[in-house]
Amino acid sequence: MSPAATVSSPRTLAGALDALVGATEATLILAGGTDLMVEFQTGRTRPGHVVDVWRVDELRGIRAEPAGLRIGALTTCTELRASALAQEHADILVIAADEVGAEQIQARATIGGNLGTASPAADLTPVLFALEAEVRLVSKAGARSLPVTEFLTGYRKTARRPEELIESILVPTRAPGERRGFRKVGTRRAQSISKVVVAVAVTALDGVIRTLRASAGSVAERTILLPSLERELAGKAPDAAALDRAARRAATADCAPIDDVRSTARYRREVLRRILRTLLAELLLDET
Amino acid sequence: MNGAPDTSFTFTVNGESRTARCAPLARLLDVLREDLRLTGSKEGCGEGECGACTVLVDGVAVNSCLVPVCQVDGAAVATVEGPGLEAVREAFLAEGGAQCGICTPGMIVMTKAWMDECERAGRAPTAEGARKALAGNLCRCTGYGKIIASAVAAARGESR
Ligand SMILES: Cc1cc2nc3c(=O)[nH]c(=O)nc-3n(C[C@H](O)[C@H](O)[C@H](O)COP(=O)(O)OP(=O)(O)OC[C@H]3O[C@@H](n4cnc5c(N)ncnc54)[C@H](O)[C@@H]3O)c2cc1C
Ligand code: FES
Ligand code: FES
Repeated sequence: MSPAATVSSPRTLAGALDALVGATEATLILAGGTDLMVEFQTGRTRPGHVVDVWRVDELRGIRAEPAGLRIGALTTCTELRASALAQEHADILVIAADEVGAEQIQARATIGGNLGTASPAADLTPVLFALEAEVRLVSKAGARSLPVTEFLTGYRKTARRPEELIESILVPTRAPGERRGFRKVGTRRAQSISKVVVAVAVTALDGVIRTLRASAGSVAERTILLPSLERELAGKAPDAAALDRAARRAATADCAPIDDVRSTARYRREVLRRILRTLLAELLLDET
Repeated sequence: MNGAPDTSFTFTVNGESRTARCAPLARLLDVLREDLRLTGSKEGCGEGECGACTVLVDGVAVNSCLVPVCQVDGAAVATVEGPGLEAVREAFLAEGGAQCGICTPGMIVMTKAWMDECERAGRAPTAEGARKALAGNLCRCTGYGKIIASAVAAARGESR
């Protein structure tokens, strides 16, 4: 690690924002460290100035607001799993949190860190995409909110400015009758980095689809939306064949998977198609 | 390995107050093993994958290879050497839950965390529960059967 590494560990939000004044691209925010500590260890990232926010309790906690569920950036996967509020308002986020690594990882892996890493394989992020979540960023200069889909700008790139901290995430109130699904295909039950991960939120009336928002991870350089599904299916009362066509279309047109050490692009497209077909059938065909 | 200037960190380890002067980003695992000479916690992978370095921080099981020491300042750390783990250690001996032993400290600490969790939740300890709780602890020797048996025996207070 670089000789210049300095670390501040503020205990309050105000202290954290002060520590971030004058921050540059080289300033690192450290939360649970399950991504960053690995990066330090492997030398992939060198700490220059680190702002360790793990003890900033104002960034924790889950609460219901008129607009939806407000989840503090430092909320861990373990806390999500244990939260009755999260279960009620963001059920698939809880399911996804349960699929992140093993218990030791879940105890430290935060929702803010999952977004902050901007890994295409992140498991919570596709859920936040499907649920149209917003991320709230704060700095000494003020606060702003933006859709998570705009927050992620590329491979390990976000719209966060160096002085900004992810403060919280808002999951909007569930639309009446909205149904949701989540699926992760990895290599092992725990600890696996996703090969393909999918989240879907759909509303239907009398079997006719009104809205359908789906997102996938590990099938492009960043987490993506799958717009073909809504285009193909909105306004229709689909049968199995129509779902199959839409899934095929999304797996062809919406994603751009790569070959890497974990899998091949072809395999990922095929897995995506199958997961979508199964998930959509579960969500749509048994209620008509 | 951390260039940041050394700082003093004070926390309890197995109930005793300890102070370490080290870089804030030093890994808790290294501080335990090298500064405090508690070599029970092992390094298997250094990347959060194997669980050999598992310790409890304020009662919560974490991978000490991923925890910077600055984040445990003022906390209570428990390692495999600590009190309250005798029964689990005995169960691993009695049930043959260890071969080479590298994974064993992590298995024992994680088993303790799982037992505490079962007790808190009022849940009966089952083999399936143990398997899930120990999913982040890898063993290259045993094939897991005896480890799960050891964990369940410990939880049921059955070790001979
Ligand atoms: C063994 C292992 C298994 C894993 N398995 C999974 C898995 O199955 N699924 C999965 O999705 N991930 C997995 N991960 C990755 C990781 O655990 C998650 O991405 C986790 O959510 C990161 O959170 P953190 O708090 O540990 O982040 P950190 O490592 O602390 O930070 C990660 C990034 O986010 C930034 N950041 C964190 N908090 C903030 C904030 N409040 N404001 C601004 N920026 C911030 C940091 O600067 C850094 O760039 C795994 C990691 C390991 C080591
Ligand atoms: S050494 Fe920490 S998890 Fe492997
Ligand atoms: S006993 Fe050798 S790794 Fe588990």
